[in-house]
Amino acid sequence: MTPYLIVSALLFSIGFAGVLTRRNAILVLVGVELMLNAANLNFVAFWRHGPNPAALDGVMFVVFAIAVAAAEAAVGLALVIAIHRHCRSGNVDEASGMKG
Amino acid sequence: MNPIFAILAGVTVGAAVAAMALRNLVHSVLCLTVSLVGLALLYLRLGAEFAGFVQILVYVGAVAILIMFAVLLTRGGEAPPGRIANAPWSGLAVAAAVFAMIAWAIARSPALRGMAKDPAQPPLSVKAIGDKLTGDLVLPLQVVALLLTAALVGGVVIAMSEKETE
Repeated sequence: MTPYLIVSALLFSIGFAGVLTRRNAILVLVGVELMLNAANLNFVAFWRHGPNPAALDGVMFVVFAIAVAAAEAAVGLALVIAIHRHCRSGNVDEASGMKG
Repeated sequence: MNPIFAILAGVTVGAAVAAMALRNLVHSVLCLTVSLVGLALLYLRLGAEFAGFVQILVYVGAVAILIMFAVLLTRGGEAPPGRIANAPWSGLAVAAAVFAMIAWAIARSPALRGMAKDPAQPPLSVKAIGDKLTGDLVLPLQVVALLLTAALVGGVVIAMSEKETE
C-alpha cells in the first residue's frame, strides 16, 4: 500500500513541477494529466486495500475521472490550438492579453 | 519490495520525469505514453483489470494521440531555441516541498498501519461494474454523457478558425 502511495506522490510532484515551470502550453496540459493519473492510482490502491472492495467505489471513481480527464484534454488542446493560431506561439508567457 | 512492482514503478516515474524534462515535444509525448502504460500495468497488478484496460483504451489510445496531434498542428515538434522552463529551480523546490509533505503524511498516517499487507483479491467482474453503472450510478453516467457531448461541441467551436465564427 505505502509504495503505491509514494509512486503516486512522486507522479503528482513531477506533474506539478512541469505545470509550474514549462513554458509550452501543451507540456502544462501534460503535467495536469500526470497529476490526474496520480490521483487515479491512489483511488485504485485504496480500493484494493480498503475495508469494502466489493462496493467497487474506487474503480467507479477512476472510470469517471478518466472520462472527465478526456473531456478536459479535448477542450484544453482546442484552446492551445486557438491560442497558437492567434498569437503564433505555443508559449504560455506570450498569451498575456485578454483583449482580441 | 516486489521486483515486478519496482520495475513498473521505476519505468512509470522515469518516463514521467523524461516527459517533463525533454526539450523536444514529440519525445515528451512519447514518454508520457510510456508512463501511462506503466500506470495501466500498476492497475492490473492491483487487481483492477477494468480500470487498467480503460486506461489503455482512453489514455494511450485517445488522449496521447490527441496531444500528439496538437503538437504537430502547433509545429511544436521543432525544438524551440532558448529556455524551455521559467524559473526552474524555484518550481522544482516547490514541487519537492509538496512531495516531502505528502510523503511525511503517508509515513505518519495511523490509518495506513492498520491496513492488511496484501489482502485477498476482491471480486471484480465487468457484470458487477455494469450493474453498478446502470443502477446506483445511472445519474452520474448521464451527467458524464452530457459533459462529453458539451466537450465535443466546445472543442470544435474553440478550434474552428476565427473567420468562420464571425
